[in-house]
Amino acid sequence: MASPKRIGKIEFGLLSPKDIRKMSVRKIIWADTYDDDGFPYPQGLMDLHLGVIDPGLRCKTCGNRASDCPGHFGHIELAKPVIHVGYTRLIRKLLRVACRECGRLLLSQDEIHKVLGPEDERNEDVISEKDIKKERVCPYCGEQQLKINFEKPTTFSEVMTDENGRKIDHKLTPADIRARLEKIPDEDLQLLGINPEVARPEWTCLTVLPVPPVTMRPSIILENGQRSEDDLTHKLVDIIRINQRFKENQDAGAPQLIIEDLWELLQYHVTTYLDNEVAGCPPARHRSGRPLKTISQRLKGKDGRFRGSLSGKRVNFSARTVISPDPNLSIGQVGIPLAVANEMSVPIRVTPFNIEEIRQMVLTGPERHTVNSPCGANYAIRPDGRRVRLSDMTRENIAEMLEPGWAVDRQLRKDDIVLFNRQPSLHRMSIMAHRVVLMDGKTFRLNPAVCPPYNADFDGDEMNLHVPQTEEARAEAFMLASVAENIMSPRFGGPIIGGIHDHISGIFILTHQVRWFDKKGVLYLLRSSTPEHLPKPGKVEEGVEYWTNKQVFSMILPENLNMLYKASSCINCEKCKMENCERDAYVKIIGGELTCGVIDKESIGAFKGKILQRIIRQSGLERGRQFVDDVTKLSIRGIMFDGFSFGIDDEDLSKIEYGQIDEVLSEAEDDVERRIRIYEEGQLEPMPGRTLEETLEMQIMQVLGKARDRTGDIAGRHLGLSNSAVVMAVSGARGSMLNLTQMAGCIGQQAVRGERITRGYEGRTLPHFKKGDRGAQAHGFVRNSYKSGLTPTEFFFHAIGGREGLVDTAVRTSQSGYLQRRMINALQDLKVGYDGTVRTSGGRIIQFRYGEDSTDPAKSSMGDPVDVVGIVESIIVEEV
Amino acid sequence: MSTKFSVIGHMMVPDHQIMSVEEVDDLLTSYKITRDQLPKVYHDDPSVKEIGAKINDVIRIVRNSQTAGRAEAYRQVVKRPKK
Repeated sequence: MASPKRIGKIEFGLLSPKDIRKMSVRKIIWADTYDDDGFPYPQGLMDLHLGVIDPGLRCKTCGNRASDCPGHFGHIELAKPVIHVGYTRLIRKLLRVACRECGRLLLSQDEIHKVLGPEDERNEDVISEKDIKKERVCPYCGEQQLKINFEKPTTFSEVMTDENGRKIDHKLTPADIRARLEKIPDEDLQLLGINPEVARPEWTCLTVLPVPPVTMRPSIILENGQRSEDDLTHKLVDIIRINQRFKENQDAGAPQLIIEDLWELLQYHVTTYLDNEVAGCPPARHRSGRPLKTISQRLKGKDGRFRGSLSGKRVNFSARTVISPDPNLSIGQVGIPLAVANEMSVPIRVTPFNIEEIRQMVLTGPERHTVNSPCGANYAIRPDGRRVRLSDMTRENIAEMLEPGWAVDRQLRKDDIVLFNRQPSLHRMSIMAHRVVLMDGKTFRLNPAVCPPYNADFDGDEMNLHVPQTEEARAEAFMLASVAENIMSPRFGGPIIGGIHDHISGIFILTHQVRWFDKKGVLYLLRSSTPEHLPKPGKVEEGVEYWTNKQVFSMILPENLNMLYKASSCINCEKCKMENCERDAYVKIIGGELTCGVIDKESIGAFKGKILQRIIRQSGLERGRQFVDDVTKLSIRGIMFDGFSFGIDDEDLSKIEYGQIDEVLSEAEDDVERRIRIYEEGQLEPMPGRTLEETLEMQIMQVLGKARDRTGDIAGRHLGLSNSAVVMAVSGARGSMLNLTQMAGCIGQQAVRGERITRGYEGRTLPHFKKGDRGAQAHGFVRNSYKSGLTPTEFFFHAIGGREGLVDTAVRTSQSGYLQRRMINALQDLKVGYDGTVRTSGGRIIQFRYGEDSTDPAKSSMGDPVDVVGIVESIIVEEV
Repeated sequence: MSTKFSVIGHMMVPDHQIMSVEEVDDLLTSYKITRDQLPKVYHDDPSVKEIGAKINDVIRIVRNSQTAGRAEAYRQVVKRPKK
């Protein structure tokens, strides 16, 4: 490989008319493309000198066929100069800083010195438009300068004053502008930061237009045999037509008015040819009404040449399909449908050691009917690099010929390493390496515990799969990107993989308080987890052995684990009752034995996962992976042991509670009425820094909020841990007590921007209320619960509040997406060196030590390099 | 109408020191870099002006770091380009 070279400089310049004529192989004068026989017109837009696209023809310039001819430029001689839209700002600037008469920069030598400093001390600073005062007198020829107006897209005019003192706009033709730009001397351009060698300003006014090779604007032949030209060709046709007409009129001495019209039309066509989305210019359209895709549109934007074709590429050896869950898989595995596995392949070299195995694969060929059959092969690669497709006809022959030096594209089989990805790929855990498991069905299968890093769910999500093709790629994928390697997130230094939903409910139900299982029960629970031996039974009654639920859970813990912490069901009592906690929220693990406490989100949940984190810090990522596998499997069996469901009647309360809720809400509404009366009587004391209205609003919100919470308490008293929703809320699996309150008690106040709903009609929100009604019902208080059902007005208010949430989400995602894009562009080439510095690709230092403490956040403990509390705790076995 | 205000004294502004030529040489050799690979700071930065650093001086900035407690950074003073 050639050694890397440093780029000395990059020069940006303009194409001069001379350059354009020099690179042109043909002057184009005819607007037509093909004649009736389908042969290109000479000197037409599809001239054979410009390259060939039809197979069989030879290029008249280079003599190559369509596959080898790179294409060649032609040119069009324009009847009069036109402005290049891309340079209008430069032209405007130059017209404003240069004298309209002599073309010199409108600054005297002294003034130049003042701006740039003395000649020998000048750096890269240049003179800008701001350095020149408007409408001054030229310091060289004494000419009074006029104001230059610019009107989008390409019109320039001078403001003149006539005899009567009135201001009139005098339009400048492109020819006038070109003449002025020509007059600016080279030395003055240098001061403006323009290198006249490569960019004379008059070259921004085109006198000759390059015609791109046909290879970049190929015509396609439709099914009915008709030719359909490229958008660029269409535009060039327009330009040539008008140009021709312009020339004819000019030669015939047509009146000035007609000439001007044609000139403007030519300018329009050249402008839209270069950029069809300029402000102030109607886009040129196809016959069907679709705007044409011209040069600028090809380059710009997400699907343009840069972002679409150069930075983003399409790949082979990839697959995409819907995902579905399979809790029986390990988190490091991915289930792949047979149809995908048969199509995707890995190249393997034939060696004396594997030749028999490979021969068998070749004989099997490209068809594999069941997930358990041995894998076959799709292609054989001969020593000369030619690929041979294996078919029923060829495979026996090829199997004969196989010898070291050949290679074979083997089908995917169990335990192959693949990369698995879900868009949007927002962090590095969005692409992880999994091991293949072949499965029936047509979807990719994954363990629900790896959903959090991918942010995946199963409501129709699709994911992509890529097969690394070399040993190096496979090794790298597995060592750096495997799921086990990515359990710890660099985002917050904790596990991002862990139990979700039913995993948490299940382990909560299993480990809550103390339960006893007989041998059959224990074996049922632990059937698909790793432990192979049962511990000593916790008690023996009438000769039957029993184990506690905590013993069962302890079996999947490592032996050296000591932890003390509070579960997420802890309600933070003033004085912790420790082991005697009636919620069983005080978790104590000693020597790998759960002595008390319940396991819930705090212990095994994704983003929390205290136990998982400690296991990884003590025993490594692989042990952590095994723990996740064990705990998810145990919890699924735990939840299946009792069964777990939730239905509409789980929200039912008794008559007493309904009465209490009604009472609370009526009281609150009365309280609101009372406060409104106080306000209307002028007796309300405003709070500091608030108006009377604001004070009242705040009081009302407070009263109604409290009332809602009280209905929640009433409902909560009735619904205990026998209620599934309560189990889910308390364990942290899904939902909160607030959700439960809204289902069973009262939905509460609907708000827009944190305030009660006030918009709608004049003086009222809906015609159902009296004008000026400040009551709870009139401003979006929903008294009902989701169970009892909403009244029509409540329903409407609820929709208003709900819509705000939706809009917020939509705005947030688009904003954060753009922020992310900008961050990635700014940071993508930064790298941490072996000396701990963060550097750019040019070796410039960004940080002298990575993060100032050289800590990899993925290997930190919630951001700290050392988990001091954890270490102390595990040694003295006491809460710190 | 400008009031003289010392930014150096402000609690949010870290300590800035001008480095001696020997210190700079040590710094450049220890990181195996040239001067243009150092981070930059403009000559008209308020704290640079206040400690009187000239263009091409190297400044040591000692910060209280959230992660490391104390962190040193070095910046070369450069002229601010126009605009």
